[in-house]
Amino acid sequence: MPRLVSHPDEVKIVTKRFGMGAANIDKYIELGGYESLKKCIAEGPDWIINEMKASNLRGRGGAGFPTGLKWSFVPKQSAKPKYVLVNGDESEPATCKDHLIFLHDPHAVIEGTMIAGLAIGAKVGFIYLRGEYRYLLEIMEKAVADAYAKGVLGKNVLGSDFEFNVITQSGAGAYEVGEESALMESLEGKRGVPRIKPPFPAVVGLYGGPTVINNAETIATVPHVIAMGGAAYAAVGSERNGGTRLFGLSGHVERPGIYELPMGYNLKKMIYEVGGGVRGGRGLKAVVPGGSSTPVLLPEEIDIGMDFDQVGKAGSMLGSGGVVVIDDTTCMVEFALRTISFYQHESCGWCIPCREGTDWLKKSLTRFHAGFGTEKDIDNIAYLAQNMLGRTFCPLGDAAAMPTAAFVKKFRKEFEDHLNGKPCAFAKHMELAVV
Amino acid sequence: MSETMSIFSPALSARFDALVAKYPVKRSALIPMLLYAQDEIGYLSDAVIAEVAERIGITELDVRNVATYYSMLRFKPAGKYNIQVCTNISCMLRGAYEVYERFQDELHIGHKGVTPDGTFSLEEVECIGACCWAPAIQVNYAFHDELTPNDVPKILSEYKAKANGSVKNA
Ligand SMILES: Cc1cc2nc3c(=O)[nH]c(=O)nc-3n(C[C@H](O)[C@H](O)[C@H](O)COP(=O)(O)O)c2cc1C
Ligand code: SF4
Ligand code: FES
Repeated sequence: MPRLVSHPDEVKIVTKRFGMGAANIDKYIELGGYESLKKCIAEGPDWIINEMKASNLRGRGGAGFPTGLKWSFVPKQSAKPKYVLVNGDESEPATCKDHLIFLHDPHAVIEGTMIAGLAIGAKVGFIYLRGEYRYLLEIMEKAVADAYAKGVLGKNVLGSDFEFNVITQSGAGAYEVGEESALMESLEGKRGVPRIKPPFPAVVGLYGGPTVINNAETIATVPHVIAMGGAAYAAVGSERNGGTRLFGLSGHVERPGIYELPMGYNLKKMIYEVGGGVRGGRGLKAVVPGGSSTPVLLPEEIDIGMDFDQVGKAGSMLGSGGVVVIDDTTCMVEFALRTISFYQHESCGWCIPCREGTDWLKKSLTRFHAGFGTEKDIDNIAYLAQNMLGRTFCPLGDAAAMPTAAFVKKFRKEFEDHLNGKPCAFAKHMELAVV
Repeated sequence: MSETMSIFSPALSARFDALVAKYPVKRSALIPMLLYAQDEIGYLSDAVIAEVAERIGITELDVRNVATYYSMLRFKPAGKYNIQVCTNISCMLRGAYEVYERFQDELHIGHKGVTPDGTFSLEEVECIGACCWAPAIQVNYAFHDELTPNDVPKILSEYKAKANGSVKNA
């Protein structure tokens, strides 16, 4: 069972019911659950979207798109049914926050899905979990069944004339399926190859109908936004970045775990105070701030607020909120190799720059790390990565290229140290670092 | 589909009947169906592919084309307990390769290997969503986290006992 952690600086909004047995529907209701849904049924779609806009809630899936704005793009009239699709594919390395939401508060996901449905005029919501999360899917399925039994889901939601149904779905192992259009393909029973945009899902989505796709944390936050009021939620965070985020501290940190902190919380403080610092009091070498696709930061670059805009200004991204702490015993070439191996493995192969680019990067880095690199390789790796950027069909290509480019740029010296067959100073398992 | 014709248990057969009816289009049931079929049969045999294709109303080729995309789906049997060791970044930093090596040493098999008695198989896998509790593994669907190499023998003997006893596949 994943361990829950806690720190006095936390502001528990989304996590406030964690560890309280709220997977039980009676407990959830006792703790104020489904009250926001009632309020939304009474107030109606325009009011909901206004509250969501006022909240400054930005998508927790990675890109940080404003949620209220996304919902407002869905046309009011539509010949085809509209859908809500909850993205619980959670496969970006260093990301495990949705895991805890499904485990501790599945009804918050259902309630958020229903509120989104009410706002856009959908009658059906899909909750898609990655295939590895079987035990969490079972928790979600039980929660859905309980919600039907209680009259929360179904034809007359809580006695009103609002009808809403939830369908849970399991994936079967594929990172790329987390990309929103590939997710729809997968849900339609196909390979997870992304669709061309436009049209955007808000107009033509699942089964051709207008679809709102949100990350599971985004959706689980919605009932709290409604309960607090949009403006009050916004006030918790920083400018244009409303509320809190479930930050995941992992790697060489003394107290790893998921911590709910206000948007804009200082990264250095997060590592040294909330996380208890680098494990064993060692020196800090680098920090990956928002999941494996986000460019690495040097120790002198981490005195920044953790919100989408400030991390962006620092040359990286807030991404999925997965903060990886890397100490001075780590080989950054090996780290770069393990990172690119993942993207090479997960590239869907649809477009050439990504399929070939990730493959060549992995090959070059494998050879390089094994001590067979040449001076020219260093620039070639950077050049390859640079040439993938912006030239791929979906953002996975960028997700592979951006961190690679940053590793080479910021740790060039370590790459040079590997030259001339010099053994890697840190190497433990280079021949294994390939899946 | 009548039960007598199905290669699946009556319970799974009934579950599939419900599954294909639950979506706006039948085909949406395909991926979960393949996974649940694999859970029961052990892998996607020709017979599994044929019956799933028939239940959805698409060709076997179409089913194979989709199935080969997803990394959890397999076309050969794995061990009764499939040990999946995450070696991605958060786990790697906290000793995942040492854990993986210990499994290799104890089981005398490598990546995607199966023990001769069919009890265990081993796989190095990508992130399984337990990064804050690293290093983490999954044995079939069960998570084990915050591991050290020294936890490996105990995990193996637990599953060995399960395999020998009456306890059903977890
Ligand atoms: C390769 C790739 C993988 C992604 N994986 C996920 C994922 O696992 N979970 C997720 O919520 N979003 C993921 N996204 C982002 C989604 O495409 C989408 O932007 C998001 O689900 C929208 O929700 P939000 O607005 O609430 O953030 C991924 C994007 C890409 C390009
Ligand atoms: S960028 Fe990569 S994952 Fe995306 S469509 Fe191209 S090959 Fe597929
Ligand atoms: S990196 Fe191992 S579970 Fe995520």
